[in-house]
Amino acid sequence: MSTETLEHKEAVLVKEKPSEGLLSKRRKKFISDPLVDDNPISIQVLGICSALAVTVKMEPTLTMAIAVTAVIVFSNLIISLIRDFIPNRIRIIVQLAIVAALVTLVSEILKAYYYDMFKVLGAYVGLIITNCIVMGRLEAFAMANKPYDSVLDGLGSGFGYAWIILVVAFFRELLGSGSIFDFKIFQAIGWSSFPTNGLMVDSIGAFMILGILIWIQRTKTGHVEAH
Amino acid sequence: MRQSNTYILIFAAGLTIIVGGLLSTASVVLKPLQDKQVELDTKKKILSAVMEVSSIKDPDEILRVYSENISSYVVDFQGNVIEKDAKGMDVVAEKINVAKNSKLPKEDRMYPVFQAISGDKAYIFPMYGQGLWDWISGFIALEGDLNTVKGITFDHKTETPGLGARITDVEIQKRYVGKRIYDQSGALKSIDMVKGEKGLPLDDHHVDGMSGATMTGKGVNAMLRKYLESYGNFISKTKQGSKVASL
Repeated sequence: MSTETLEHKEAVLVKEKPSEGLLSKRRKKFISDPLVDDNPISIQVLGICSALAVTVKMEPTLTMAIAVTAVIVFSNLIISLIRDFIPNRIRIIVQLAIVAALVTLVSEILKAYYYDMFKVLGAYVGLIITNCIVMGRLEAFAMANKPYDSVLDGLGSGFGYAWIILVVAFFRELLGSGSIFDFKIFQAIGWSSFPTNGLMVDSIGAFMILGILIWIQRTKTGHVEAH
Repeated sequence: MRQSNTYILIFAAGLTIIVGGLLSTASVVLKPLQDKQVELDTKKKILSAVMEVSSIKDPDEILRVYSENISSYVVDFQGNVIEKDAKGMDVVAEKINVAKNSKLPKEDRMYPVFQAISGDKAYIFPMYGQGLWDWISGFIALEGDLNTVKGITFDHKTETPGLGARITDVEIQKRYVGKRIYDQSGALKSIDMVKGEKGLPLDDHHVDGMSGATMTGKGVNAMLRKYLESYGNFISKTKQGSKVASL
């Protein structure tokens, strides 16, 4: 019990000035921070599973990015709205229930309107529930902050997740399948004998690209893991 | 107050009712749309075993092309056409649940046959089996000689993306076209996907494998063999029938 309350207090309450602009400097940081400096994938190393699994091609990756962003934003919003009513002892279950409900909705909508995409993504849509970024943002932010700020925070984390997996997917599809959004790019420029790399289609390829990406990013920002 | 057991119980119950209600509403509202998508998907797959339909985007156009080009009926294990099921209900080939049927003993199953009625004759059979993780399914289209493969399509629930899931790629499915299921003596040989992906030329009864997806390949082989065996009586009956007709 004591550890639980302690953990809960770690959620940062960001002090707010009265009558600040809709996109004040403080609020812009909610969106810009997770893009590079506090990126959920490359710095916090969350959500790696789906970053490996769905990034073989651009199109399913884009769908996944939109789905995850939508789930983070809406779960952040809902949890933030009811944060004062959630009993502390069952808050994790409550968060999970909200996230699971949203993910099920996304999955049902995909099945009804984008059946082909639903088939490609298969189990991975359902697995958004287990994406640590979602629950992480609820615990670390939405439980202690106002709805609008939580939405911005959700957008930031969603975009931070999205651009990384899109970059990974770009290189994997380009080198692994020789195409971008299923458009055969090398054939279009007349290089039809382009040797596609089977490693890139495999999840090992995602590990390599992700590793290189994190390497480049940390060289630039000078980020070092705290020990 | 917020920490009392009563409050927690009421909160949990309330949340369950709201979330549950929301999800069941969504499920009921979206069900007809989802069913239509599944029907469309089935018909598209049947069609794509014999013709190029990926360029047709309009759903109603697919349904129209289907009704113009495909006639369907159901046969039993002996190869005789059946019109009523055990309960006396009319059987519709498109509505037959191949997955459920595959669990019955093969003598009791109902076998849908989809026949291309325009242009070249072709017979299309549905298939269902186990891949590495979950079910795989497909449609195989045979030419009028009921031996040469005209086309094949596969589907799967959750084969590994990029590995086993490649069975849905046109490139993999094209490897089957022109292969034969019976050898010279008329014995069933089926078509096996080999282990590994070497791109070497293979005989009439083998196709190149998928690198890293040997287990999915095995599932595909088993599925093909099982269904080609099950349709064997229908195939030999139809062959005899067409011989009689040509005499």
